[in-house]
Amino acid sequence: MTGIVGYGAFIPRNRITAEEIARQWGKDPNAIRRGLLLKEKSVPGLDEDTITISVAAGRSALERAGIDPQRVGALYIGSESHPYAVKPSGTVVIEALGIGPAVHVADFEFACKAGTEAMFVAFGLVESGRVEYAMGIGADTSQGAPNDALEFSASAGGAAYLFGDADVLVDVLETHSFTSDTPDFWRREGEFYPRHGGRFTGEPAYFRHVSSATRAILEKSGYKPSDFRYAVFHMPNGKFPLSVGKQLGFKREQMDVGWVVSTMGNTYSGSSPTGLAAILDVAEPDDLILITSFGSGAGSDSFVLRATDLLPERRERAPTVRSMLDGRRRYLTYGEYAKYREKIIVNH
Amino acid sequence: MRDVAIVATGMTPFGELWHSSLRDLFVEAAREVLDAVDHPLLDSIYVGNMSGGQFVGQEHLGPLMADHLGVAGVPATRVESACASGGAALRAGFFEVASGASDLVLVAGVEKMNDGADVTGVLATAADQEAEVYHGITFPGLYAMIARAHMEKHGTTEGDLATISVKNHRHGALNPKAQFRQEVSLEQVMTSSMVSEPLRLLHCSPVSDGAAAVLLCPLDRAREFTDKPVKIRGGGFATAPMALADRVDPSALDAVSLAAARAYRASGLGPSDIHVAEVHDCFAIAELCVLEALCFAQPGSAAELTRAGETTLGGRLPVNTSGGLKAKGHPVGATGVAQVIEIVEQLRGEAGARQVANAVIGLTQNMGGSGASSVVHIFERV
Repeated sequence: MTGIVGYGAFIPRNRITAEEIARQWGKDPNAIRRGLLLKEKSVPGLDEDTITISVAAGRSALERAGIDPQRVGALYIGSESHPYAVKPSGTVVIEALGIGPAVHVADFEFACKAGTEAMFVAFGLVESGRVEYAMGIGADTSQGAPNDALEFSASAGGAAYLFGDADVLVDVLETHSFTSDTPDFWRREGEFYPRHGGRFTGEPAYFRHVSSATRAILEKSGYKPSDFRYAVFHMPNGKFPLSVGKQLGFKREQMDVGWVVSTMGNTYSGSSPTGLAAILDVAEPDDLILITSFGSGAGSDSFVLRATDLLPERRERAPTVRSMLDGRRRYLTYGEYAKYREKIIVNH
Repeated sequence: MRDVAIVATGMTPFGELWHSSLRDLFVEAAREVLDAVDHPLLDSIYVGNMSGGQFVGQEHLGPLMADHLGVAGVPATRVESACASGGAALRAGFFEVASGASDLVLVAGVEKMNDGADVTGVLATAADQEAEVYHGITFPGLYAMIARAHMEKHGTTEGDLATISVKNHRHGALNPKAQFRQEVSLEQVMTSSMVSEPLRLLHCSPVSDGAAAVLLCPLDRAREFTDKPVKIRGGGFATAPMALADRVDPSALDAVSLAAARAYRASGLGPSDIHVAEVHDCFAIAELCVLEALCFAQPGSAAELTRAGETTLGGRLPVNTSGGLKAKGHPVGATGVAQVIEIVEQLRGEAGARQVANAVIGLTQNMGGSGASSVVHIFERV
């Protein structure tokens, strides 16, 4: 059965707290903590971007798979912060990972869903027999405009998933996608920061797509919420995934492990994939896992996964998500953060 | 002038109605009215709307709405007085019927606010651009200053403001068409996010979509359409200085006092005759000021009246049984007409769990801007 043969995640070491951002703008940090359930978020260093995050996550995925990178026949990166508007991120990543040149590479974009989109396509190509191994990556150095609510969540990180047919760590039992023209959040060519439709991003966008995709995959797979040990939903903030999970019939203990947003922030295309990586870091054989992403515009991809006997030993080969979230961190002032995120623009 | 009655009502739920456009909202409410009376030929339509132009880029609402209701040809125009547009539309319809010029007049209010517009900025166009808005203030700030003035003069507290929100949410929880159908505690209100000191989030009415419509006809024809007509006993309309700074006492809403005096005179009734009232609580402080301007309470004593439960369902004079603007929602142009519908339901005995026992006389008070315009109507079960 086609499944995940290797996975890896990467979260930069820099952090900024909700308090520090709130202080800058005269906002109430308690309201952010209470309302959006956000404490701090990761921030990319000056030398970190979607490409470096993808390389780090991809390297861990290859480590866990233990395969020759030359056997990877396709690599896709989903991101809304590809460093170049024209010039692929994926070409740099394959060179760094020792993949190719006999490889199919593409950069994907679908707001926050591009990561699971890359995973979906990689999985499909392996399942069809077209390629032996394929990697799908979701990574972002997310943009949030100064003094926008997004600034409290937009963070950096990502996860990579290598799909194959042999020595599978996690079986992919079912997939489902739900997509419609719902323009809740967008960034035009040349604009620094995304714009969004405020509360329109909630009910008609996030909640409709996440719950529709999840309900459909539950029906297709014949599982009910209580069958799952873990579930992760896209995390634009702390509140939405817990709310939609509750509405769908999932309990907090099923969601806690993947709910990494309160200290990681929203890594956009990397959000639910990184949450999934945190789950794979602890899942036991035969655990059923649900992941549903969400990308504005809008769509959701759902996967029903099941851990195999091989997962526990293989995961030891690379760092866990929690080790990066809870390990060494460097806290930035808003001024440093503004510099790192290139929010200070010299106007010659 | 002829006596005028309301013979049918229609209203959308209020809330974030993402799937309904401005015209959809109007048609839904207006069609409910016409369905109730078997689609008679209308003589005229008034559409209360504050800012279709800025919220969704649509002006010229008279013909648009008549057309989409399927009655193109009928005279139809928009009436605007900021958040008092609905009340002002009712007044226009009332005079058209009372004068004998028309028999069947549809009065509607509609607003589509959740469609991407900068709502606070659009609403601020109802304040004085030169004296107020250019300096950066918007309505939460203006009402915060009214609240500060009221606190300064009368010793009103943040707790008094919170009591208003708690009461209106308690009522709104009983209203199937309300945007917020849940109660809130005093503590939740007092610890909600600060919007503009001393006004917190739960002191402020929400951004809403919705429409409401009523059918007016001469009282002597009312029984053709309904067994339970509600008579418009009288109305009053008044203006006050647009800018807060130009008012003698910023804690007093003079346009409301004046409109109320005119409505009491026109109806031959006084504040003590009112059994139930819907007032314009766009911010919690507004309800206190309005209760005083309507002479339901002496200046500075509306808070006491509220604390004593007199304005809660079951009290002596229930106010905002619909949930008010706070809990029912505030699609600005629709609000004035929605207030009328709540009173009509109360007087007809059709308000369900919100019913005020033996309500015969009811009042509505609708207000534009920071109180620069206000419309008051008094209704009677006949």
